[in-house]
Amino acid sequence: MFRVPVLQLLRRVLTRLAGAVFVLWMVASVTFFAVRLIPGDPAQAVLGGPGSQASPEALAAVNAQYGFDQPVIRQYFSQLGRLATGDLGRSYALNLDVGPLLLSQLGGTLLLAVVALALAWLLALALATWSTRSGRIASRVGSALEIVAAALPHFWLATSLIVVFSIWLGVLPPISTGGTLGLVLPVLTLAIPLAGFLGQIMRESLLRALESPFVLSARARGENERGVRWIHALRHASLPAISLSGWAFGSLISGAVVVETIFARPGLGRTLLNAVTLRDVPVVIGVVMIVAVAYILMTLLTDAVSRLVDPRLRLS
Amino acid sequence: MNEPAAALSVRNLLVGFGAAAPVVRGVSFDIVPGECLAIVGESGSGKSVTARSLLGLAGANARVSADWLDLGGHSVLGLTEHAWQARRGRDVGLVLQDALVSLDPLRPIGREIADSLRLHTSLGAAARARRVLELLDAVGLPHPELQVQKLSGQLSGGERQRALIAAAIALNPPLLIADEPTTALDVTVQAQILALLEQITGGGTAVLLISHDLAVVSRIAHRVAVMHDGELVETGRTTQVLGSPEQEQTRRMVAAIPADKPRGTRLSEADTPNTPSLPSTRIDSSTEKTPDGTIVLEAIGLSKSFRRPDGTRQLAVDDVSFALRRGSTLGIVGESGSGKTTTARLLLALMAPDRGEVRVFGQPWTTATEKTRRGLRAGVGAIYQDALGSFDPRWSVAEILSDALGLGRQRRAPQTTARLTSLLDEVGLAATVLPRRPLELSGGQRQRVGIARALAGKPQLLICDEPVSSLDVTVQAQVLDLLDDVQRERGLSLIFISHDLGVVAHVSDQIAVMRAGRIVELGPAARVFAEPQHPYSVELLAAVPRLSV
Amino acid sequence: MSDLEVQAELAAQAGQPDRSGISGRPRRFGVAETAAGVLALFLLTSAVMPQLLAPGDPLAIDPLSAFAPPSGAHGFGTDESGRDIYTRVVHGTQYSLVIGAAATAIGLGLGIVLGTLAGMLGRVVDFTVNRFLEVLFAFPGLLLALLFILIFGPGVATATIAVGLSTAPGYARIIRAQLISVRSAAFVEAATVLGRTRWQILLRHILPNTLAPLFVLATLGIGQAIVWAATLSYLGLGAEPPTAEWGAMLSAGRTYITSAWWMSFFPGLFIVLTAVTATVLGRSIDRRLRHVSVPGHA
Repeated sequence: MFRVPVLQLLRRVLTRLAGAVFVLWMVASVTFFAVRLIPGDPAQAVLGGPGSQASPEALAAVNAQYGFDQPVIRQYFSQLGRLATGDLGRSYALNLDVGPLLLSQLGGTLLLAVVALALAWLLALALATWSTRSGRIASRVGSALEIVAAALPHFWLATSLIVVFSIWLGVLPPISTGGTLGLVLPVLTLAIPLAGFLGQIMRESLLRALESPFVLSARARGENERGVRWIHALRHASLPAISLSGWAFGSLISGAVVVETIFARPGLGRTLLNAVTLRDVPVVIGVVMIVAVAYILMTLLTDAVSRLVDPRLRLS
Repeated sequence: MNEPAAALSVRNLLVGFGAAAPVVRGVSFDIVPGECLAIVGESGSGKSVTARSLLGLAGANARVSADWLDLGGHSVLGLTEHAWQARRGRDVGLVLQDALVSLDPLRPIGREIADSLRLHTSLGAAARARRVLELLDAVGLPHPELQVQKLSGQLSGGERQRALIAAAIALNPPLLIADEPTTALDVTVQAQILALLEQITGGGTAVLLISHDLAVVSRIAHRVAVMHDGELVETGRTTQVLGSPEQEQTRRMVAAIPADKPRGTRLSEADTPNTPSLPSTRIDSSTEKTPDGTIVLEAIGLSKSFRRPDGTRQLAVDDVSFALRRGSTLGIVGESGSGKTTTARLLLALMAPDRGEVRVFGQPWTTATEKTRRGLRAGVGAIYQDALGSFDPRWSVAEILSDALGLGRQRRAPQTTARLTSLLDEVGLAATVLPRRPLELSGGQRQRVGIARALAGKPQLLICDEPVSSLDVTVQAQVLDLLDDVQRERGLSLIFISHDLGVVAHVSDQIAVMRAGRIVELGPAARVFAEPQHPYSVELLAAVPRLSV
Repeated sequence: MSDLEVQAELAAQAGQPDRSGISGRPRRFGVAETAAGVLALFLLTSAVMPQLLAPGDPLAIDPLSAFAPPSGAHGFGTDESGRDIYTRVVHGTQYSLVIGAAATAIGLGLGIVLGTLAGMLGRVVDFTVNRFLEVLFAFPGLLLALLFILIFGPGVATATIAVGLSTAPGYARIIRAQLISVRSAAFVEAATVLGRTRWQILLRHILPNTLAPLFVLATLGIGQAIVWAATLSYLGLGAEPPTAEWGAMLSAGRTYITSAWWMSFFPGLFIVLTAVTATVLGRSIDRRLRHVSVPGHA
């Protein structure tokens, strides 16, 4: 019934793809021209900043190597060309190729973000279902918990968790170098505030769904509370939270900057912060591009999941 | 008289919420198999709460008590939630208003209908699927096998209401409760659904019909119970209650039904507090019903199309022409999608027609620039269906009206107050509403403010788009009477757009029947109502809710 | 979606009419609202007249009482130089509030410009601005702020502007949506029918109805901005120790986390309290705006 004609599907996919490529192109352009605004000579930056007293020969060599002596428009196109082939250039500070460097960091951050997203969903779902079925006081408590959770800054939550679980109780490591145990605190740090946001959205939409006429109809058919929730209400309640997950993923990546720094965990976030501090432009651009790609993919994914859950979206 | 045969027997039902006073008090009635009892009341009368209490669904914080409450001969008072679940769907079915939201919009209708079977029978999936097809066939849905996989949003209003009924009668419950089952539907579809309910009653099921509309229920109900302010004020055979109502509230509701009432007959009682009593001499004042032949508004070959999401164009208004003469009312009637609202927007020059034009007071209107038009705008007033939405939510009634009077900021000046008060007086509102915002007013009051705003510019022409369709019938009657009054008093010409032929016939001199963007019939109201020419008009007229006493 | 749009969406949901049945007027101040009001008063006093609440000098060092845990003398304990944490937290309020307010003003200002351009100037501009915003959304969370700091270097001023910039796309989209919905509202058409000119309608209906919700947005946004600015300070990209800015205090406390948890805990607690206060107040205002009513007329 819902089979979309192949041509139509193809057109949709192509449109989305074109949109994604456009956004990536613009992201690349914005960052390219933005870093032009950095005061000072980029060759100096490569050689360790204005204080490094680099020789004119060294500067010339760097200018030639990175193409800084070319006209800006030429540099722009050659950078686009390199990005299109996946070449993210060479780090100023680390003298490494950015692509392989970031690729090695990507896994840790993705793992962190995906596990945190899943845990946030679970927490939010549990809180929403509990607080909507256990009376008014539970509802108030649930709402308060969510608001406070959503307001917790990552850096404070992380330090508090370290104090409690690593220093006082001594059950979890404060440093997340590897292993499952090391993942617990970073994941909790990212998941709790997100669960606060998702929980609020879910609880409100769950309440709305539970009061809708179709739930009354279901109850009048003799449906029990569990059926009402699992067959009808939760499906409706999850829709806004699903469409929010694209944003959530972005905010997790941004949160990874803080969390990876605090837990000394290797990953894109920590690499980005170091690069910003050292003004390592190619690395920053590389991270930005990777995050943009991840964000776009995540948006496409949430779209697809929404269509899976809500057949109405497949009709139009 | 607790006959064992009663499908439902209720004595002295009381329903309250929290600590507040009960909203349903002392309600008693019986329904026997094969009977249709209608509970009729206006919004807030407690009729829906009553219906839900009968299913144990009044809500977690509801207090329900009764001398007895017997469903199929068994007491259901104080039943546990679990015991209720076993009965709901099996012993009693529920049909709600507008199946677009009353069937889960994310699930195919077949699944929704099969749910009743899954919950109460041991039928396997294949057997359930077969039964669903039988049920869809029984409720008159053509090609059931093509429909079961559809979502409620893919069906027309009538089709999904049938599907909802199929879900409610899946287990042949001895009692079916239908809460406003036809309210959101077009009249022709409404008639079909009523016929279906009548057929179900004929099959031996007891049907409890809940409605705000006496005329609708009078078609199929054997008995009527009128509910007002939480109590049943009058119960009896339909013919008796509607033919010779004994109670004040019933009389008012019967009198308020506009169908078959000649133009000019008052629908609301003159001593209603909000309606100013009018000097009787006004009836024969010079402006009254003397269309002098001057054409105040003319539509010439109007057409307007819209782009559909898939890129094709849909003709919303197709070659529509008519003329409105001074002092008369032209009624435009049509069902949803007939193009009547687009016509209203074209007449108000809120959008430009693709072809054709509208002339107002003999001058170009849609072909003129907005700047030129602005000079004529004061002569053209408008009244909208959604009165609340037509007011700036930040403004009070005083601000709305003084703005409409063109007084701008001098709101506090005494002469402003005097003009506002006299304007409010004309529409039957007290000056106490001035500082309030429309949000704080009742539906009827809002529409009166809307009329006052339209009258502020001393218009000669009023364009009313569904002005009464969201109001209770007695309030509708008051507003219709008010429009009639101001028309006589000011010698206004009216375009009156509505889906309700009964209302249109009551207020109009001329009627235009619209269907799919075209005017299929245009003629004097009395003639169209008495001898419709076009087959569609005949169908529409046959479906009009009127008191079939 | 941006953080701000999520906040606004949540506020709008919470502002829906009461579910208890007949939606009446908004209830009187609840427990949460009263608490938030008291906290807001406390925070404002700390920002404007810190001496009133903490008469000490936030920078006065006292090496003898360094690392004192919370006690009667030092309610929140002391830091590595013996500075009183309570005094520092109270005096730090002004930095955080000013930074938060300034960042919100920048974000809101840019958002108004972009949103109004998109909402008012026809399809081509709308399309362009929308694509531009979409591109900015591909820099989620703090990424845009970090890019800005990469270019202009760390510091309080750049961090403030950076946070403002990152919130601007969210404001812009909300304002655009609001403008478009108000512009096509039935009451705007009704004003046209009454013969009002475009300018009259713009000034008397569209602008007031678009701008009123901005007050709520700004309240919600300030909480967000304070958290983000503190994050940047914590990462060493904003205010620096020994400034009594909350994020900077936390950053300084990080070194001593194993021995002096109070150095990190209390500044962070104030950030959380500020953010919660902003959320609760923002939603309360939102609810009241939705149920506009005149006192004295039930």
